[in-house]
Amino acid sequence: MNSDKKVISVRNLTKKFGSFTANDDLSFDVYQGEIFGFLGANGAGKTTAMKILCGLSYPTSGEIMVAGLDVYKQREELKRNIGYMSQKFSLYEDLTVFENIRFYAGIYGMSLKDIKLKSDDLLKKLDLVHARNKRIGELPLGWKQKLAFSVAIFHNPEIVFLDEPTGGVDPVTRRQFWDLIYEASRNGITVFVTTHYMDEAEYCNRVSIMVDGRIEALDTPEGLKNKFEAKDMDEVFLRLARKSNYKE
Amino acid sequence: MKRFIGFLKKEFYHIFRDKRSMLILFGMPIVQLLLFGFVITNDLKDVKMAVVDHSKDEYTSEIINKITSSGYFKLVKNLDGIAQVDELFRKGETKLVLVFEPDFGQNLIKGSKASVQILTDASEPNMASLEVNYLQGILQNYNLEINRGKIVPSQITPQTRMYFNPNMESVYMFVPGIMATILMLVSAMMTSISIAREKEMGTMEILLVSPLRPLQIILGKVTPYLFLSFINALVIVGMGYFVFGVPVLGSFALLMAESLLFILMALSLGIFISTVSDSQQVAMMLSMFALMLPTILLSGFIFPLRNMPVPLQIISHIIPPRWFIVIIKNIMLKGAGFEFVWKETLILIGMTAGFIGLSVKKFKIRLE
Repeated sequence: MNSDKKVISVRNLTKKFGSFTANDDLSFDVYQGEIFGFLGANGAGKTTAMKILCGLSYPTSGEIMVAGLDVYKQREELKRNIGYMSQKFSLYEDLTVFENIRFYAGIYGMSLKDIKLKSDDLLKKLDLVHARNKRIGELPLGWKQKLAFSVAIFHNPEIVFLDEPTGGVDPVTRRQFWDLIYEASRNGITVFVTTHYMDEAEYCNRVSIMVDGRIEALDTPEGLKNKFEAKDMDEVFLRLARKSNYKE
Repeated sequence: MKRFIGFLKKEFYHIFRDKRSMLILFGMPIVQLLLFGFVITNDLKDVKMAVVDHSKDEYTSEIINKITSSGYFKLVKNLDGIAQVDELFRKGETKLVLVFEPDFGQNLIKGSKASVQILTDASEPNMASLEVNYLQGILQNYNLEINRGKIVPSQITPQTRMYFNPNMESVYMFVPGIMATILMLVSAMMTSISIAREKEMGTMEILLVSPLRPLQIILGKVTPYLFLSFINALVIVGMGYFVFGVPVLGSFALLMAESLLFILMALSLGIFISTVSDSQQVAMMLSMFALMLPTILLSGFIFPLRNMPVPLQIISHIIPPRWFIVIIKNIMLKGAGFEFVWKETLILIGMTAGFIGLSVKKFKIRLE
């Protein structure tokens, strides 16, 4: 943990869809520069909670501050300060690499000059200079994924939300992807990531595990393994998930 | 504003780089127009014609001569009375019967007024009306000729009777019809597909998380199509005028204003469709079956509404192009002003407001 400045502060977040409670009284904090893993089985309520934190959905009740802003009342300011990458791949296939960067940076209000400078650096770093004017559709998936993440943090948000970012990617690319996440974290960007790959959970600074809309455990991966006397996160997860009443 | 322009730019890239979109946008209107235009305005040649001449004087024989020497018509039969006409039409032996009243020549010179009846087989409505137009043209020319140097002008009055389809729709119907179809297609179908694509690809979420407001996103999606549809409207009216001689008798500005209104209606319908469909495929299916088929079948474009069963006539009231076709037909072909189309205009405005309202409501539910 790099800092004790709270970037996300959630108190008693509840979200109901009719009689179904998707998020049941969640409370947790995320600190600046932290990589916070948000784990849970499908249907446990991860995505719902994440959408509320991004301002995509309203909570039924609770107090939620993200980047020092209230998600109810300061949505517009909030949106400038967060980045988001969804599980579905999210760059435009029919635009070139640079056009994608220019578009996304543009909607965050960056000037064309800044965009050009920063994108040159970025492409050098990712070793994609030769692909600057290639359409995204021509690139291999691994590159697209890395590029999508880089675009999500291009405008330098305080926090970036990643919704299962490494779905369908091979282990080597996943490892490289996590290198980018570490780098972002070193630069002070808080990373809030949902995943169901348990090996990825080990990479996080802290992990919360959701079962049936509640947070059942929240600690460092080491702490959780000790507490549940498990050899890896997989085992921790299975023990907790067995408590689930959720039937497919 | 800068953000919005960036967004627009991206939309145009999407459109211009997709061959399919480009084809629908620019290829289809032209091809459809040419197809319909040439199929319908096929030149007349040797149309079979019968004559019932009750007068048998020099004037009638001169008229018949003029008609047959035009090359458009061919005299196949001289009849004694109109009793056999129905049968002849049914057998297809003639397409057209010309009936001169008794003492035609006398009436024309002395009474300065003579009438001739044109009976046509209107089971092929477009051909029938074309034939009548040609015949009337020939009669009028002849009329002018014999009037030359006369103080009291003579008048030949043709009376037309359409067999089998008495309430003929105009031959120029295809321009309003194609305009409605194309605008509907481009505006509603293409916007709904393009919005659904953002949803399907997951980019919509990214946009919603960004500082762009939902309204900006929707406007950004819709503006390019508004622009392109309007160009299409101009192309269609222009081609109708220059290639097929379809007139614009009424106010051009009013015509364009009504087209703009229809485009807005179609765009809001497209937005509505995209709010209820999550994938491009669903959007496409919905547009096809909910928009295209009714537009073509139930708008009065090809099949006259009057001849439809009552339930279908009732359903046709909720088909927006039906009203639009009435509007442009009135403006283009009858030269009507706003006072004659305000009712239809109001209906289109109501529909536009309705679709926007529904979309906003759907959108809010999604956010909750």
